[in-house]
Amino acid sequence: MAAFIVRRAIGAVIVLFFVSVITFLIFIVVPGGDPAERMAGKNATDENIANIRKTWGFDQPVYMQYAKMMQKVFTGDLISYSTQQNVTQEIKRGLPATFSLAIGAAIIWLSFGVLVGVISAVTAGRWSDRTITILALVGISMPVFWLGILARYYLGPEKLGLFPDGQYVPLTQNPIEWFYHLILPWFVLAVLFIGFYGRVLRSNILDSINEDYVRTARAKGLSPRAVLRRHVLRNSLIPIVTLFALDFAGVLGGGAILTETVFDLNGVGQFAARSVRNLDLPPIMAVTLLGAFFIVTFNALVDFFYAYLDPRIRPS
Amino acid sequence: MTQQATDFTLDTAAELAELETGAAIQGRSPWYLAWRRLRRNFVALAALVLFVLIVFACAMAPWYADHVAGTGPNETHLTDRIKSGGKTVDVISPGGTEADPDHPGQLRIKPVEVLGPQLWHAGGKYVLGADPTGRDIAVRVLYGGRNSLKIGLGSALICTFLATVLALLAGYYGGWSDWLITRIFDLIAALPVILLGIALGAALSINGFHHFGINLESGSLWIPTLVISVILVAYIGRPLRGQILSLREKEFIEASVSQGAGPFRVMFSELLPNIASSILVFFTLIIANNILVEAALSFLGAGVQPPNPSWGTLISEGQERIRTAPWLTIVPGTAIVLTVVALNIFGDGLRDALDPRAKVKIG
Repeated sequence: MAAFIVRRAIGAVIVLFFVSVITFLIFIVVPGGDPAERMAGKNATDENIANIRKTWGFDQPVYMQYAKMMQKVFTGDLISYSTQQNVTQEIKRGLPATFSLAIGAAIIWLSFGVLVGVISAVTAGRWSDRTITILALVGISMPVFWLGILARYYLGPEKLGLFPDGQYVPLTQNPIEWFYHLILPWFVLAVLFIGFYGRVLRSNILDSINEDYVRTARAKGLSPRAVLRRHVLRNSLIPIVTLFALDFAGVLGGGAILTETVFDLNGVGQFAARSVRNLDLPPIMAVTLLGAFFIVTFNALVDFFYAYLDPRIRPS
Repeated sequence: MTQQATDFTLDTAAELAELETGAAIQGRSPWYLAWRRLRRNFVALAALVLFVLIVFACAMAPWYADHVAGTGPNETHLTDRIKSGGKTVDVISPGGTEADPDHPGQLRIKPVEVLGPQLWHAGGKYVLGADPTGRDIAVRVLYGGRNSLKIGLGSALICTFLATVLALLAGYYGGWSDWLITRIFDLIAALPVILLGIALGAALSINGFHHFGINLESGSLWIPTLVISVILVAYIGRPLRGQILSLREKEFIEASVSQGAGPFRVMFSELLPNIASSILVFFTLIIANNILVEAALSFLGAGVQPPNPSWGTLISEGQERIRTAPWLTIVPGTAIVLTVVALNIFGDGLRDALDPRAKVKIG
């Protein structure tokens, strides 16, 4: 098991290295042209451009630029090209909002997803199942930013006045306002996953209902409720745990970019979206690495979890 | 919980498949059987019809612009007046000032009003309203749909093709080629999808792409199409590779090899037909997914570039005007939801019909 963990961890580090190389190449090689000219603006003199090239190290070979940038990532000295702000500080400022959004939404989508899936499966074929199936389908078919724009306007202060108009209030400043401001973003972000989890769980439950161990449990006289809870649900939830870990990592690592932008939460995702518009490489580099770090870590955790549950997939 | 609730019923396609025994399926091809199951699934067929209608409507956009609306997608009508329901109205009301009824003798600012949806009242003009420069939203949504559908279908085709070829190579040859392709899939899957999409889209929107003999201009629709194809290739490639790995061990492959079939023949005439139904289902569902990704990228400014409309850019334009002209946001969003729902329902129906016990999922 220890060897498995070590090997998996080394693999994760290698993946992260390639992620950083790819991100770097996307911004340095793909656009073509001189980044210094772009930064200097339209009315720059040759001297200006040469200065920028020298200060930012664009005159050095590509691999040196890469090494310099990665060094700054790890020492926390990364500076934005366009705003000259320290990227690490900006990300730290955005993290509370991103974490609040992701954790709250994850709790909502997991509990509602499981509830919806179970109701749908135990009433399979009846009207409640049909209704849930249709709602789930519409939920996974809606662009999240569109739902967010409509919810913010129609449920916000200008129409129904049920919720405040976006923005993030720090938890330490006012817990009640923090909660109140986040309810809409949480649900908007969760809708897609609720629909998806509900459908996956429904089909998992319906599959395991026909397994032998379920028949045995029923034959030995367990009540249907106990069969469902102790035997069916336990097995059907394993794929959901995997999905949940990966989706949660995805949301932390940039998946909430649209929700954050629509509700002006000023999280890490919105910071990344702003930087992309200015073609500001350092913040994108840092945020992409952070996102990939979450995804790779949670992937490895899922593997460990499986290896723990099922000895067969543990490598000898 | 009642006793009845423990008697779970399965989906209709699976039930139909249970009934298909003996004479009913004898000598029939699997495609015929699938079609027979699909034929009875009216919901899936209705979804297909809806999708075809949407594609047709978008394809007819120039005709609609010429003969019904009488204006192109980028023509502005700031000072036009049209007849609607017997009255003459401004497309864009002139702003300026008016007498303030609350404070006699004072003036107040009169807000500029944009013409809302006229439905059939204006004889086909501004059926779904105007935007703040007097452009006809119905025309723009149809033209935007052309771009969104082109990108959705195009990227689904390229993505499915790439994934199939990579999965065949990985699954057939195994060894180092499997190792390499699996690592590529892992790497792509480790990158945050939307972040990678906007990074690539934004980088390519400056000067276009001019490497390896490929020349794409910065406004080209190929850029979002290719970006989406690449970032989603692992989602189809991984499950297909898994299927091929297990098929690879079956006897019919051994039989084929022992008859002297080369790698090309085994891959394309033995393995490919066996995963064709999965590919078809993936293809249908990934179109829906790609339309959503395109909308997200365009909304963030890294997809279709203005003045080219797409459903995503239309929503992004509408967002700032939601107070005065909510139809600018509602109309293109509804178009996306209808298209994606139709494709998802049809994709599910297709999966049930092709293989009632299969579990093909996109996530």
